[in-house]
This record gives sequence, structure tokens and C-alpha cells, in this order.
Amino acid sequence: MSLTLLNVIFAVVVAIAFAALNAAYLVWAERRGAGRIQRRPGPNINGPFGLFQPPLDGLKLMAKQLTIPGGADKILFVAAPVLSMFPAIMSFVTIPFSEMIVAHNMNVGLLMIFAFASSGSMALLFAGWSSRNKYAMMSAVRSVSQAVAYEIPMLITAITIVLMTGTMDLMEIVRQQGPSILHWNIFPLLTNSHNLLMPFSFLIFFTCTLAETNRAPFDLGEAESELVAGFHIEYGSMGFGLFFMAEYANIVIGSCLTTILFLGGWHPPLPFLGFIPGVVWFLLKIYILIATFIWIRWTFPRTTIYGLLNLSWKILIPISLFNLLLTAGLLKVF
Amino acid sequence: MSAELVLSSVIFFGLAVIIPVIMLLTAVFGPRSGGVAKNDAYESGIKHVVGMADQKFSVKFYLLAILFLIFDIEAVFMYPWAVSLRELGMFGFLEMVVFILLLLTGLIYILKKGVLNWR
Repeated sequence: MSLTLLNVIFAVVVAIAFAALNAAYLVWAERRGAGRIQRRPGPNINGPFGLFQPPLDGLKLMAKQLTIPGGADKILFVAAPVLSMFPAIMSFVTIPFSEMIVAHNMNVGLLMIFAFASSGSMALLFAGWSSRNKYAMMSAVRSVSQAVAYEIPMLITAITIVLMTGTMDLMEIVRQQGPSILHWNIFPLLTNSHNLLMPFSFLIFFTCTLAETNRAPFDLGEAESELVAGFHIEYGSMGFGLFFMAEYANIVIGSCLTTILFLGGWHPPLPFLGFIPGVVWFLLKIYILIATFIWIRWTFPRTTIYGLLNLSWKILIPISLFNLLLTAGLLKVF
Repeated sequence: MSAELVLSSVIFFGLAVIIPVIMLLTAVFGPRSGGVAKNDAYESGIKHVVGMADQKFSVKFYLLAILFLIFDIEAVFMYPWAVSLRELGMFGFLEMVVFILLLLTGLIYILKKGVLNWR
């Protein structure tokens, strides 16, 4: 018992460290990537390639005052950043990085991650409402309506995977996608459902991940040109730091989930490449997805809030419902 | 109490302690100062705040929230069905087809009613 307890504490520490390290260095990667795309250097002063920038930024944030505006609801104001970080780290606990590396596998892992992901929008609402700031309030309403709109196609698309694999256990979902690239859920030929729409499923899921994590072109919640900074406008210091870390941790979770559900998790693309450990393949896949996230952010213009909500309710939800029916029907026929 | 429950609560409370501690570090390291202007809400640099934060919003946002409740509960309801589709047979499949078609009809009705017409 005490040994498993130690294991769990170790796993929590590793999960927090992984989330924090990723958040810090994704900021660096994002700024460097933005620099490359916009033909400017990006952060390059502190350390080689500017690699010391994120820890220095973190220290700077920690040395600042957490200002609580006069009209704010103090308890909610302080609770909101903690609430946004909490589900982001909790989701790491159940993600399998390889056959061996998983903090705590559950048979309802998929559902647990979705439950935590949707509780993240509570933090946005708390932050926006408790700040007593017009921009924050508008941004909170926008962000929450966006988060809830894109959660539905995301959930429904994930159901097609549950249909094909017959389980919500993330490790079991990955195990069924071995051993080669043709068995991954994104390619419908060798999986047990011959649904040719699976690549579209992947695209819907990826789009929803972009929207759920408030990333451009769907970052209406923090549209700088209209709302200054969004729901975290009144936050400075580590309150802002936690929101920022949570955002990047959510991006990592989104890519992990996309990799697990569609891209074969820790499986190598070809069976003879199996001598390279699974965790390498898993990390390679999630970082390719994250690079795509950054690439999309700096190359696409922002949509409007109307276009954003219309895309989800008028296009993605009907398509994903149709796709669900098709997958279930094909499973029954074959 | 089962071991699973103990483990889950340890993870949960461990995080519930660590994250606020990260945030409270700023209270230790950071400066403490105040003032009338500093405690005002931010408003693009003008001196006094204009109006209140609790202003009117388009009622469509509330409609969307209610719609979300319906569709979200329906989606979560489909998960147990998806896990056990193989055992349910043809009847279970057809029942869900009827359910999803009803839902799609509802969605089309809502869209035709103009919930998403913004102007």
C-alpha cells in the first residue's frame, strides 16, 4: 500500500513537472516559431537560442504583485487560476505515454479527460465574472460559448472511436491500433470498421481541439484587437502565469488525446521500427501536432464569433452525428 | 475504502495543495502596494472607469448554453451505448438511430427558428 502511495505521489510530481516544463518551453517554441514565420529573430538574448527566457519569465512573474482590483470578488478571483490549472494537470494522470509509462490507468480514462476538460470553462467564467471588468466579462461569455459549442462535436467524434474499439480505456484503445500505420484509427482500411470518413473525423477532432484550447484562428476570447487580453485582463503575476501554463498544458493534452485516439499512440508507423521505445514515438507525434498548432496560429487570420459558433453548430455537429451513425452502421454490417 | 479511491484522493488533494502554493509564492516574493488608480479596473488607460461590468448581453448566448446542456447530456448518454454496441445487437443499433435522427430533427428545427441568425 505504502509503495503504491509513493508511486502515485511520484507520478503526480512527474505530471506537474512535465506540464510545467512543457508549458514553459512551448512558450519559447511559440515565440521562436512566430519569429521565424514573421521574419524576425524572436527571443535570442538570454542563453543559447534564448533558451533561458522561459525560466527567467517565470521568476519575473513570481516576483510581481498579485493585484486584486477594487471591485473584484476576491475569493473567485484567486480561485480561478487554480481552477484552470487543476484539470489541466489532472488529465495528465491518466494519459499513457507508452506501455509502461502511465501514472494511473483507468477504464473510463477518456470520459475522465473530457470531464476535466469541460470543467476548465468554469475557470474562464469565474475569472471573467469576478474581475468586474467589461473586457473580461465579454471575453468570458465568448470563451464559454465557444468552449461549449466545440465540446459537442469533440465528444461525438470520440464516440466513433469508442464504437470501433469497444472501450474507454486509453491504453486499450492504443493497443488495438498496432502494429503498423495502416492499423491507426485515422486510416480506415485495416481497422475493424471500414469507415472511409475517419480522416474527416480526425480533422473535426483536431479543429475542436484548436477551438477548445482557445487558439488562433479561434481565439475570440482573447482577441487583442477588441478585448485587450481577454478573461485574464486583470491578472498579473502568478495568476496570469497559471492561466498561461494551463493554456499550454491544455494544448499538450489535446495533442496527446488526438495521438491516442487517431494516430496510434506509442506504436511506430512501421513494425520494424519497434526497436525505438514507444515513448519516443508518442512524444514525436505529440510534438508534430503541437508544431502544427503553432504553425496554424501564426498563419491564419482570426474568425468572427458568429462564424465560429456557426461553424460548430451548423457544420461540425451535423457531420459528426452523421459520421457516428455511419460508423455504427458499418460496424453492424461487417 | 478501496485502494483505487485512496489513490485517486491522494492525487486530487496533492494537486489541490501544490497549485495554490505556487500562486501564494508571489505573496512572499512580490511587492505589496496599493492606491486608488492601481485598484481600478483596467480600461485602456483612461483615468476613471466608464460604466459597469455587468451589462446587457445577447440572449442568444443563454440559448446556446441551454442547447449545449441538451446535446452534452445526449453525447455522454451515448458513451455506454458505444461501449456495449456489440452485445446490444440490431435492436440497440436501431434504437440509437431513431434517437440520433430525432436529435438531428431538433437541431434542424432550432437552426430554422433562427437561433444562430445573429443580425
